[in-house]
Amino acid sequence: MATRKSASTPASKANVSKDELLAYYKDMLLIRRFEEKAGQLYGMGLIGGFCHLYIGQEAVVVGLEAAAKEGDKRITSYRDHGHMLACGMDPKGVMAELTGREGGYSKGKGGSMHMFSKEKHFYGGHGIVGAQVPLGAGLAFSDKYKGNDNVTFAYFGDGAANQGQVAETYNMAEIWDLPVIFVIENNQYAMGTSTQRSTKSPSYWGRGAAYGIEGEEVDGMDVLAVKEASERATAHCRAGKGPYILEVKTYRYRGHSMSDPAKYRTREEVQKMREERDPIEAVRSILLTGNHATEDDLKAIDKDIKAVVNASAEFAKESPEPALSELWTDIYADEIPQHDA
Amino acid sequence: MATELLMPALSPTMEEGTLAKWLVKEGDTVSSGDIIAEIETDKATMEFEAVDEGIMGKLLIAEGTEGVKVNTPIAILVDEGEDASNLSASGPAEEAAAVEAAAPAPAKVPATAAAPIVSKSVEPDYPAGTEMKQQTVREALRDAMSEEMRRDDSVFLMGEEVAEYQGAYKISQGMLDEFGPKRIIDTPITEHGFAGIATGAAFGGLRPIVEFMTFNFAMQAIDHLINSAAKTLYMSGGQMGAPMVFRGPNGAAARVGAQHSQCYAAWYAHIPGLKVVMPYSAADYKGLMKTAIRDPNPVIFLENEILYGKSFEVPVMDDFTIPFGKARIWREGTDVTIVSFGIGMTYALEAADKLAEEGISAEVIDLRTLRPIDYDTVIASVMKTNRCVTVEEGFPVGSIGNHISSVIMQKAFDYLDAPVITCAGKDVPMPYAANLEKLALVTTADVIQAVKDVTYR
Ligand SMILES: Cc1ncc(C[n+]2csc(CCOP(=O)(O)OP(=O)(O)O)c2C)c(N)n1
Ligand SMILES: [Mg+2]
Repeated sequence: MATRKSASTPASKANVSKDELLAYYKDMLLIRRFEEKAGQLYGMGLIGGFCHLYIGQEAVVVGLEAAAKEGDKRITSYRDHGHMLACGMDPKGVMAELTGREGGYSKGKGGSMHMFSKEKHFYGGHGIVGAQVPLGAGLAFSDKYKGNDNVTFAYFGDGAANQGQVAETYNMAEIWDLPVIFVIENNQYAMGTSTQRSTKSPSYWGRGAAYGIEGEEVDGMDVLAVKEASERATAHCRAGKGPYILEVKTYRYRGHSMSDPAKYRTREEVQKMREERDPIEAVRSILLTGNHATEDDLKAIDKDIKAVVNASAEFAKESPEPALSELWTDIYADEIPQHDA
Repeated sequence: MATELLMPALSPTMEEGTLAKWLVKEGDTVSSGDIIAEIETDKATMEFEAVDEGIMGKLLIAEGTEGVKVNTPIAILVDEGEDASNLSASGPAEEAAAVEAAAPAPAKVPATAAAPIVSKSVEPDYPAGTEMKQQTVREALRDAMSEEMRRDDSVFLMGEEVAEYQGAYKISQGMLDEFGPKRIIDTPITEHGFAGIATGAAFGGLRPIVEFMTFNFAMQAIDHLINSAAKTLYMSGGQMGAPMVFRGPNGAAARVGAQHSQCYAAWYAHIPGLKVVMPYSAADYKGLMKTAIRDPNPVIFLENEILYGKSFEVPVMDDFTIPFGKARIWREGTDVTIVSFGIGMTYALEAADKLAEEGISAEVIDLRTLRPIDYDTVIASVMKTNRCVTVEEGFPVGSIGNHISSVIMQKAFDYLDAPVITCAGKDVPMPYAANLEKLALVTTADVIQAVKDVTYR
């Protein structure tokens, strides 16, 4: 068994077509603009409760999705808006779920942290840190049981990586050769706890070795590096070689949720990341310097995306609140068995 | 001096067992630590070691004998030179097994020695005239799971020791042979993890049956039962849920102390999105397990270790299912309604028998499912008897009985001639000492006293 650090080609030299580059650029930009809008709506009181933004981490999910095929499944934590947009879910339905409206993916009954799409094989949206890891392995179990070559992407944070159920799942996933890719989105913080304060182990992906699971570390601010790693991981799983761990080094620009005291890291640290490592800027610069697109082309893309995001916000405001009768539906898949005594 | 070897108790709930095999013959020299026999309990086959030295004088019980009661003499060890030819078992324990010893039964047949508990059910779940057979709860459960696995490829069983060990309580005995390791899956001891994996598999379109070795250990996994399995249908606006069964023994076994003796009925019955089943008879175990496996929701199926070995009459039918939410009236009566479920029914029925001798006529209702609960049957009965006692083994605070009693107050207040009394386990962690354990559990005497209180006798 070999574990290794990623040896991917730097983005500027990777073998990638213009169309692919443009697609990643658009997908990442859609997430960023969508999240900025969600932040705005939250400030206006249209979105309630917890709302965890994905800004800064866009390259992770976009790069991983680049190697996905029809029937592949994905599951993640409460920081889930980006994952839903990246797998093709409708921004309107996502935004309307954030505002708790009838037009939301869960009819307004799930909220920011709990959204699903059977059609897009998106299995949530989970509010309990780490729960999505065994659930994801279970989805992979179902594919293996059925005998297809689909894989499941199970995303979780550096904080979640310390959960006992993650270790339990690694062990069973490897025993049973489950086609699951454990994607650790290491954004260096779990709420206010930096990874230095929560673990002394040098790497998260390296923990897989204890269970016999291969893995690697990837630069999560470089969408092409993530894409290459995703290709290796999916090929490994589809070939029936069992699970794979990707520790994707990334960074969240915004607070943990909308109410974050921002006392655990410096402004300079955030600023430096934004200026030097921004994943969207990186692709933008390849597009421009490689003459794949002009400033005007990119402006037009930006305009289109803004229009999509604005339309989603409009929809999310106009969609009515769920009917009061919805309180009592979807509790059981058959009838409501309980008399209300 | 001759030493009698007695049938050993090899598990906390073992009352009898099968002497599967002798590994020594008469005349052999035996030293301490030698394995002299294989004894099959309802849980497993175990080796019986000699403690004393000597010569095997006489084997009193033939191999293959079933239903050998604990403490029955099974062999006599003699000293060198001692004559063993006219030795026979002393002691009072001769009754049960020694008689059968002459004609050993084939070892494969499961022990069904005890007489079945016969239902006096007023409204059976099967057509009149259906042929019945005697089965233990254990066999009924295995048959229910196996029938459903034959019927639906997406059903599989996962848990600790379910496959090669044949089930920690032998529920899945033989299932690995029939269905293979793809569908009968041994897990590492990681309840939290495998409950999550099974729930994910249910999201992915399979129908898992998860066996918890006992429900005490499901506390490690309860987050997935509730937050993942029970709530996802609602949180996804009806898009996806978890059609699956979590099952295993629940409640007190015998002498296993506080951490292994808790009833979780009220815990799970509290949760919208779960269905909760806690049967008493083997027929109900069978019919309700089949329904549970087909149900499109997560079902908590609470079994009882002490009931596993009990025999009942089970209808012989190709496809016997029992709908959820339908209580069973075990016995009709006019003076008081006793509502119970699971092993609580043992005390409820025993009390009703004894009360009948004193001229008090009790109607006994087995709820069978705790979510949904068949309130209508309870209310109708209380309107007739005007008095009610509930019986369960779990802790008293926030019990099922508390809930039933509140529903009766709301729906039949004017019919009540006495307050409803909840008989439950005592409000203490389960003690180990035999006498204290007995005191901690609900007893038949508790039920009789409660009935006398509500009937003012
Ligand atoms: C079991 C559990 N414990 C605590 C929390 C509260 N909580 C929500 S997010 C979070 C931090 C998780 O950090 P990480 O896994 O790194 O993910 P990130 O937020 O960085 O994406 C905590 C402690 C929770 N939701 N679930
Ligand atoms: Mg983090």
